[in-house]
Amino acid sequence: MPETPTRPDQQHFFAQLDETPVGVVDSVDESAAPASVWKDAWHQLRRRPMFWIASVLIALIVIVAVFPQWFTSVDPRACDLANSSLPPSAGHPFGFNFQGCDIYARTIYGARPSVTVGVLTTLVVVLIGALVGAIAGFYGKWFDSLLSRVTDIFFAIPFVLAAIVIMSVLYDQRGILTVVIVLGVFGWPQIARITRGSVLSVKNSDFVTAAKALGASRASTLMRHIMPNSAAPIIVYATVALGTFIVAEATLSFLGIGLPQSVVSWGGDISDAQRRLRANPVELFYPAAALALTVLSFIMMGDVVRDALDPKARKR
Amino acid sequence: MAWYVGRRFLQLIPVFLGATLLIYAMVFLLPGDPILALGGDRGISDALAERLRERYNLDEPFLVQYLLYLKGIFSLDFGITFSGEEVIDVMKRVFPVTFQLAVMALLFEGIFGIGFGLIAGLRKGKLFDSTALVLSLIVIAVPTFVIGFVLQFVVGVKLGWLPPTVGSNVNFKTLLMPAIVLGAVSFAYVLRLTRTSVAENLSADYVRTATAKGVSRSRVINVHVLRNSLIPVVTFLGADLGSLMAGAIITEGIFNINGVGGTLYRAIIQGQAPTVVSLTTVLVIVYILSNLLVDLLYAVLDPRIRYA
Amino acid sequence: MSHPTHEPIVDATGAVHAPHGSAPLLQVRDLQVEFMTNTGPVQAVRGANLTVYPGQSVAIVGESGSGKSTTAHAVIDLLPGTGKVTGGSIVFDGQDITHASAKQMVDVRGKQIGLVPQDPMSNLNPVWKIGFQVKEALRANGIATGKEADKRVAELLAEAGLPDAERRANQYPHEFSGGMRQRALIAIGLAARPKLLIADEPTSALDVTVQRVILDHLEGLTQQLGTAVLFITHDLGLAAERAEHLVVMYRGQVVESGPSRKILADPQHPYTQRLVSAAPSLASRRIQSAKERGVESTELLAATGGEGARRSDEVVKVENLTKVFQIRGGRPGQTTEFKAVDDVSFSIKRGTTMALVGESGSGKSTVANVVLNLLDPTEGKVYFDGTDLSTLDSKELFAFRRRVQPIFQNPYGSLDPMYSIYRTIEEPLRVHKVGDRKSRENRVRELLDMVALPASTMRRFPAELSGGQRQRIAIARALALEPEVIVCDEAVSALDVLVQAQILTLLNDLQAELGLSYLFITHDLAVVRQIADEVCVMKTGQVVEAATTDEVFDNPRQPYTRELLAAIPGARLEVFGEGIEDLPA
Repeated sequence: MPETPTRPDQQHFFAQLDETPVGVVDSVDESAAPASVWKDAWHQLRRRPMFWIASVLIALIVIVAVFPQWFTSVDPRACDLANSSLPPSAGHPFGFNFQGCDIYARTIYGARPSVTVGVLTTLVVVLIGALVGAIAGFYGKWFDSLLSRVTDIFFAIPFVLAAIVIMSVLYDQRGILTVVIVLGVFGWPQIARITRGSVLSVKNSDFVTAAKALGASRASTLMRHIMPNSAAPIIVYATVALGTFIVAEATLSFLGIGLPQSVVSWGGDISDAQRRLRANPVELFYPAAALALTVLSFIMMGDVVRDALDPKARKR
Repeated sequence: MAWYVGRRFLQLIPVFLGATLLIYAMVFLLPGDPILALGGDRGISDALAERLRERYNLDEPFLVQYLLYLKGIFSLDFGITFSGEEVIDVMKRVFPVTFQLAVMALLFEGIFGIGFGLIAGLRKGKLFDSTALVLSLIVIAVPTFVIGFVLQFVVGVKLGWLPPTVGSNVNFKTLLMPAIVLGAVSFAYVLRLTRTSVAENLSADYVRTATAKGVSRSRVINVHVLRNSLIPVVTFLGADLGSLMAGAIITEGIFNINGVGGTLYRAIIQGQAPTVVSLTTVLVIVYILSNLLVDLLYAVLDPRIRYA
Repeated sequence: MSHPTHEPIVDATGAVHAPHGSAPLLQVRDLQVEFMTNTGPVQAVRGANLTVYPGQSVAIVGESGSGKSTTAHAVIDLLPGTGKVTGGSIVFDGQDITHASAKQMVDVRGKQIGLVPQDPMSNLNPVWKIGFQVKEALRANGIATGKEADKRVAELLAEAGLPDAERRANQYPHEFSGGMRQRALIAIGLAARPKLLIADEPTSALDVTVQRVILDHLEGLTQQLGTAVLFITHDLGLAAERAEHLVVMYRGQVVESGPSRKILADPQHPYTQRLVSAAPSLASRRIQSAKERGVESTELLAATGGEGARRSDEVVKVENLTKVFQIRGGRPGQTTEFKAVDDVSFSIKRGTTMALVGESGSGKSTVANVVLNLLDPTEGKVYFDGTDLSTLDSKELFAFRRRVQPIFQNPYGSLDPMYSIYRTIEEPLRVHKVGDRKSRENRVRELLDMVALPASTMRRFPAELSGGQRQRIAIARALALEPEVIVCDEAVSALDVLVQAQILTLLNDLQAELGLSYLFITHDLAVVRQIADEVCVMKTGQVVEAATTDEVFDNPRQPYTRELLAAIPGARLEVFGEGIEDLPA
């Protein structure tokens, strides 16, 4: 290197020690409170108003679904044609529909089948999907190839179309359980794919290899390390899926092939109401608004939970 | 590239066989006599029942029935409808309508979804972004049939801006509202996908490098941010063509469109199992092909795939 | 803040002139940069001063988080996210660009100041051809368009040392190796012939030999063009070798700056002193903790292995190891065989460290995984304490796992983010059913103490700890079962210099205390000198040279080893040798 004379502004300079005290190399901050992944996510969630709105809505909807009688003393099936399309009156805040049923009572009682279908289907789908996806991703080989092909087949049939076809065949067996099974059968591949991808990405982490090198068994590595670390995308998807299953049920009921007439449901009521939309739009509005609000609260929850669990967001 | 396409194509064969077998099994293997159930409450004539039984080889073992049905598909023989019409003739009549509707819906969601998504992504956290996010959630949450009825009622009946139903009068103006309804949910998804993608690419290292080259901001956004963000979006749009055609079942029912969905809707209501199977099979084929299209598009858009 | 230099003279037109000689090209004065975070504003740069003269090379040295990259990015107004310049001034070529408009900055970028970014993998847009991306730089700065530009692109790529440039320009980034991409990025950075080139860790992601070739080329090129270079680097050796003026940053402040040699020879600030003494590329000998304590290694052996006589002296012995992987091709039925490890033999003596050195793709990590019995060898045998690993049944394998433990490279991936530190360290004890809850908790305390972390750490989670702290946790976990051999796969490569030195010292102390044997996998020969007793140099699956560390450093026999040695940044500096007396005081 050529020896050049020091130029202006480039003389040897060093800061006074008191200006920049040199800390201990890599010291541990002992003052901060420990934060697990879940605690961290909770801190994120707590600050989001959308989380609180969604939580309150979901809580309310679930209470309405479980205890509809707390909210109305009117029997939603007690219809009197004499009340046909009457406007709101005392004790009947939303008025009556064409059949003379109380719209408010029907809207309240419609929550139960929707929420039941949503929750049960999500449970079925998560159980099957997570199990299949985890095994395929973790054990790989022929099981993985087989599963991937089966998933492709289920994917080749659009979800709603498949549900419509199969429900139309099972017309005489209509009911909540049938809807749950049909939606479950066609809903699990998506979650299996998500779980598989998630497991695959965690599987090769160094901490999994470290567990292997410790002598931990394959099954315990899967349950103790891989699944907890793969859970976030499954939780997010399941929350959003719960909403879409409710829409799917409503769509089927709307087409008259979901829940039978004997069950009070939003989809069925919307279907009835649309025929008289021009005469009495209110009849459509209430069940539709209740349905949309329910779905919206679950989708919103999924959205904020995704942000909170996003590993990219976690890195400060 | 050729190998990539070839492999993709070969992978479609088991998927096609599996999916059609699944549909066939769903309709013909489930409890109850599909032919007797056909007529619903009204019942059907013995002569037609006999004809259908023969047509679908219902006396043969199930797998033979399926194979004979497959053979029929390959010779474009999709069977006959309730009224005795050849299904292939029905398809020739209804598919162009649905295709036009689906393409219009696709254009709507593509143009507006990408446009709004880009703006939202560039202004992440600002007012436009949060508004777009909340609105997109609402669009996703409100079921298609509710959006359909409300638009039909407000725009079609009350305001009279657009015809509320289509019927035999199929043109751009009549299909506009159904297309918007059909594409509404996907529009919300495209918007969100574009937004996330744009926001992510905006902080990508190569975008910073491009800026450091001295390239202007508008060019950086067009050439680098948008171009790269489009990869997942276009993939979504391609796959969506298939779902839109299947999803038309509700929209066409609402707006009284004589397309695939409308025909399928009526066939389901009337319990015409053979027609349902045939139309569904074609929809599945469209869906599979649109997924193949996506794979090809993906290869075109992303050179890393092209040379894999 | 007092600054022991002449103040620049500002004339009536606002232009800044230095008192003597040529005017500075870049003058950064009291620069303040702030980032907005959830918890409020955080100062990333606090009053940084920096001067670069035309044609001069200056380096900013610092650890991660020191503000070195932030300072450089502030100069070209490319601060990420919420970053903002909140004070001070940046004067470039006599023009104050501190608060220049977005439009003005577009003119400055590329044309006046070029940038060679850090990671060649993520800095080229994967969907555009290399040629297109170079041409963009020409077009944006009005250098050339159309046919002429295509010709110029090929010239630039060739100039950056890319062979067959015309054909290469038509390829996509994924068809390039890391080194080739870095050359393309250099071509882009220099395309518009800027007066200043900011090189942000331009080669830290590359293999050492490639790194050296590219830096040599960059140096020659910028000297020929008369371009001033501002290096950003964490490597003091590299900085001193490549730049005539050094700026040392620590916690957002410039703690020391001056002529490179002077700083190396006579560091004033305690931080710089620490940095100089810890820089692996400048260290010349093994950390000798055991001997410093006055414990002879033979005594140690006797103390830990009471039955040492019966035990084999070679704790691990690898014989003719070969590992072949099947790689599936893009076409059906097309599989190729890839020989990752080719006939490798070596042994590790009890209580010593064996280093496997090689660049990426040399097969060193595959060897580590075979020794850990995580991979089965295609051919050859691995003996542990005299027992052939391939003969172990599942029960014996479980027992073997206790005796050999790994430490991995990436401190962010090697700990389960869902596990508290307590659970992480306790896991091996639980898996092997060692002791009860109470005794396990005591053991965790003991292990944390061994790696010099407070006991309160055990309630924490990996995300809260720094890279070095996580690596110490990984060491504690590995030590939990009192293993005899620890396989360190690039265990310190991802750490800052001072932390790296700290971990190396810790490993060395533990070895002396516990009689551990290490298999140390690394790409960094400089680290080898600090920790290893014996070295195997690997290249494309084969061992090219095996000898004691001193022999390899003093008397390398193979040209490849010599190449590796020469590539250590700072290897050509003789600051601590005789050269030091020659410097004027």
